[in-house]
Formats: sequence, structure tokens, C-alpha cells
Amino acid sequence: MTAASVPAPTRAGTASGRARPRLRRGLIAWAFLAPLLILNVLVVLGPSLATLYYSFTDWSGIGPAKFIGIDNYTRAFRDPAVHQALLHNAIWFVLFLSVPMALGLLGAHLINQVRRFQMLYRTLFFIPYVSASVINAAIWKMLLSPDSGIGHLLGINQAWLGDPNTSLYAVNFVVDWHWWGFLAVIFFAAMQGVDPQLYEAAKLDGANRWHQFKSVTLPGIRPTMIFIVLMTVIWSLKAFDYIYIMTHGGPANSSDVVSTLMYDQAFNQYSAGYAAALGLSMTVVTGLVLVVYQVVRRKGWEE
Amino acid sequence: MTATIAPQRQSIRPAANQRNRRRRGRYFPAYLVLTVLALFAIGPAILMLFNAFKSNAQIGANPLTPPTSFSLHNFATAWNNGDFGTTMRNSAILVAGSVLGTCTVAGLAAYALSHLKVPGGNGVIAYLFLGSAMPVQLFVVPLFSLWTSLRLTDSLFGLMVIYWATDAPFATLLLRSFLMKVPKDFVEAARLEGASELQIAWRVIIPLAWPGFMTVALVVGLWAWNEFFWAITFIHDPAKMPISTSFLAFQDQNSTDWGLTSAAALFMLVPVVLLFLSLQRRFVAGLTSGGLK
Repeated sequence: MTAASVPAPTRAGTASGRARPRLRRGLIAWAFLAPLLILNVLVVLGPSLATLYYSFTDWSGIGPAKFIGIDNYTRAFRDPAVHQALLHNAIWFVLFLSVPMALGLLGAHLINQVRRFQMLYRTLFFIPYVSASVINAAIWKMLLSPDSGIGHLLGINQAWLGDPNTSLYAVNFVVDWHWWGFLAVIFFAAMQGVDPQLYEAAKLDGANRWHQFKSVTLPGIRPTMIFIVLMTVIWSLKAFDYIYIMTHGGPANSSDVVSTLMYDQAFNQYSAGYAAALGLSMTVVTGLVLVVYQVVRRKGWEE
Repeated sequence: MTATIAPQRQSIRPAANQRNRRRRGRYFPAYLVLTVLALFAIGPAILMLFNAFKSNAQIGANPLTPPTSFSLHNFATAWNNGDFGTTMRNSAILVAGSVLGTCTVAGLAAYALSHLKVPGGNGVIAYLFLGSAMPVQLFVVPLFSLWTSLRLTDSLFGLMVIYWATDAPFATLLLRSFLMKVPKDFVEAARLEGASELQIAWRVIIPLAWPGFMTVALVVGLWAWNEFFWAITFIHDPAKMPISTSFLAFQDQNSTDWGLTSAAALFMLVPVVLLFLSLQRRFVAGLTSGGLK
């Protein structure tokens, strides 16, 4: 009944009369989005724009800030601590890309091969990922400690986390350990989307299992692989929690990365302006990676 | 159908058995490697479980063996010294508040982006995608200064608001994909009966899309329980700390007492693992879409 009576007045109405319900609908729709957008402006967008401004000042984190142009950025370019941290980020990226990816592909491929217990293995692989960073860090602090860990049992008296030569690698190992199972689950999901007929065809051509993996599985999950590789750049740049928890960037800055350096500048050295410049630089790199991803996706996944 | 197949199966059984055995043999290396990988994944947590029942002297002598007696001494000491009664309550409040707030904010937004005509809606979606990839280092410092002036540091509510804002983009995008599956006809029918948009969202959408809300609730709840970065930055008062940062403080104080810290870690880990094991499909689905941010 209501439906029948509605069109008549609108059709008879003027242009503005017709526009009003549409305007009202648009306003209602935006009202539904309002809580999300207000929260975002308050917590993310507003402070991000403030970071842009503060990166050109000598702000200490409290009180007024003086405009100093691009001094923070030139300082970052010359700062040996930043150079060292960037090198650590690069090492981190290489390890964080290769180790979990290799283990994840191996795990996913094997789950994909066998017929039984697929879900059981998937679940077990995934558990370190749902466990909190503080817990995983505590477990490995115990297992890597020279007086009660695995090394102690094998007679290796090495403080993996306390030695500047190994601290970065030890923390990275723990992060790889908690991460590879997550990748295995993602790759397994992607592998299930590969057409089984392709495997049959490869078998008929006499391809062994390694060839099947190389020429059917890997091309079949290429979009997922590219996505993970590019995201790993971003994730490597964001690395913070485990380093902060396990070594605080030490000993003697041997495991500092840009994010821990930035945190230290902001909250311990009271150089919030400098920290803002570092944070913004990280964001620019992240943005560039996302642009590359878009370009790769537009061009298509094939070469 | 079964009737016609059964006799056939009878006749080929010996051959099939042989083939099965051969196949099992063929898969043996795969199962072996899978089991080694699974032990690598959960072995460390099992060692921690062992050590929680041992005294420090026992751990020093045999760090990797199962306990010989089941002493609950470590658990009682850790619970009292680490004030886990308080910090678990704090974390429970954070989890409940984050889940309710995020589901509300993201549910409203997802409804608009799936069932209402939003002028500029695609722009909002692109912004949400981009925004959730940005590093937190972009906004943490000015946010801290803002929260200090609003007296929202050292406050569970202040922390919760940050979780709402940072989790809502993921939750909105995930819920939107669930809400798009709710037929437009249902919404139109309710609209023609004179229901307001809020009534439609509450009475039509939520009952039909509750698996989406369940998934979001699990992921957001897990993140709030495990979260470290915002908690360590914004909460310094021990009475307000969630379990993650208070556990770290407890571990730093007792850094050489592995039995005690193992017991404390289990307070935080066991609820998560039990919930994960009972709802693992939904967890995996939610986390693989949310963890990629």
C-alpha cells in the first residue's frame, strides 16, 4: 500500500523535490559511516597529519614546536644509527622473506599432498601465530638462554640474545618461527585453488614431483606469492614487537631497526620531531610498495 | 547405487589393499616431514608447559624433559606475585569493549557500504584498505600527546578507543563481504514495511550475517588479548595494565626463574589455545583475511 502511494508525489514534484529524498538517503548513509570516520580522524588521520607537520619542527613531544625546515630529514640521512638500522631492516627482510616462505611452502605443499590429517597439521602449524608476542618471546628467551636452554643441553655456551653478533639473527629466528605456519596456511589455501587436471597433465608428461611443484604449483599460486613478497617488505619495515621485547634493540644497538630507533627517539630521547621524520619516511616507503603492488596487479600476474 | 558397487568392491579388495599400502608407503616421507614441522611449531610451547611444573633446580638439571611430579607451586606464586587476578580482569574488559565497539562501528559502516547508496563510497573503501597498511609509527607520537591532554593515557577506555579505530577498517571490509551476501530483497521488503535503516540493520542484517560478526569478534578479541605495542606505550600504571605488558614486567623481574615465568605464561596462553582449538575454522578464516594487513 505504501509502495503504491509513494511514486505519485515524487513524479509530480519539482526538481528540488525529487532531489531531497536522494539527499536524505545520502545523508543517512554517511551517518552510518560517521562513527568509523570520526574515530579514524581522531586516532589515525589527525595525528598522521600532525606527524607531517612535526617532522619539520624540533618538537620534544610536549609543549611548543619550532619550525626548522628539513633539518630532521638531513639529520636522518647522515645519522650512522639510521644507516645501521636500515642495514638491519635489510637483513631482516632477506631472512624474513626466505626462511618463513621456504618453510611455509614446504608445509603447504606437503599438506596438499597427503590425504589424511590435513586439518590437524594446519591447526598445529597455526598455533604459534595465535600465541601472543610476549609469550613466544618468553618461550624462546628460555630456550635460547645459555644456562637452561637447548644450547646448555648441547654444551654450547652461547648467549644468542646477549651477543651483539647474534642478537638480530636470534630475534629474527623467533619471528620466523611464529610466522611460517601462518604462511603455510595461506599457501595451502591458494594451492587448493590450482586445477587438479594440470597435475594430471604434468604426470602424463612424465614430470616428477619436484617438476610438478615447480611448473604447476608455483605458477598456480603466483598472485599469492607476489602479494606476500611485497607485503613482506612492509612487514619487515614494521618489525617492532619482538625486538623491543627480547633485546630492546641491544646489546649496543646490534638489533636496532628503524621502528625501535624511532620509538627510542620519541619516548626516551624527547626528539619527537626527529621521530616524526623517521615515521613519515617509513610511511613513504610503505606507500611506494603499495604503488608497485597496484602496478603489478594492473599489468596482470603473468610476466 | 551402493548395492551395485558393493560386490565389485568385494572382488577388487586384495588389489586395492595392496595399492593402499603402496600409497601409504609413498606418503610416509611427507608425513614424517609434516610431523617434524608440527613438533617445531608446538614443541617450544610444550617445553614451557613441562617447565611450569618444575622447580628452578630441576629445570637447570633437565631443561627439556617432562616433569617428574606435578607441583602447582609455580602457578600459585605467579598468580599472587604477578597480580594476574587484576590484569586478567583488565584484559577481559579490553576484549569485551573492543569486540562490542568494533562490531558496532564496523557493522554500521559495513551496512552503509553494502546496502545503502553512499556517494563516494568507493573512496571510503580505498581509504580503509590503504589506511590499514600504514605503519603505526606514522601517528603514534602525536596520538600520545593528544591522549595525554585528553587524560586518556593510563585508561582502559583510552586504549579501547585506539583498538576500535585501528581494528575497524579490517572489520568493516570483512563484514562488508558478509553483508553483501544478504539479499537486497530482504532489505527492500523491510524498508517498504516502514522500518528505519537502524531497525533494518538490527532486525534483518545482524541475524542473517552473524557468522561475519562472530569472525570479527574472535579476531578482534584475540588481538585485544595479545596486543602489546599500544598497551606498553599508553599504560604505565601497574593497576591498569593488561595481561600482555604485565606479563612482560613480571618476566623481567623474575628473568632467571623459568618455572615461575612459564606458569605465568600459561595463564595468558591456555585460554587462547583452548578457544582456538574449539573454533579453529572460523579463527583461521578470520585471521588469514585480517593478518594480511
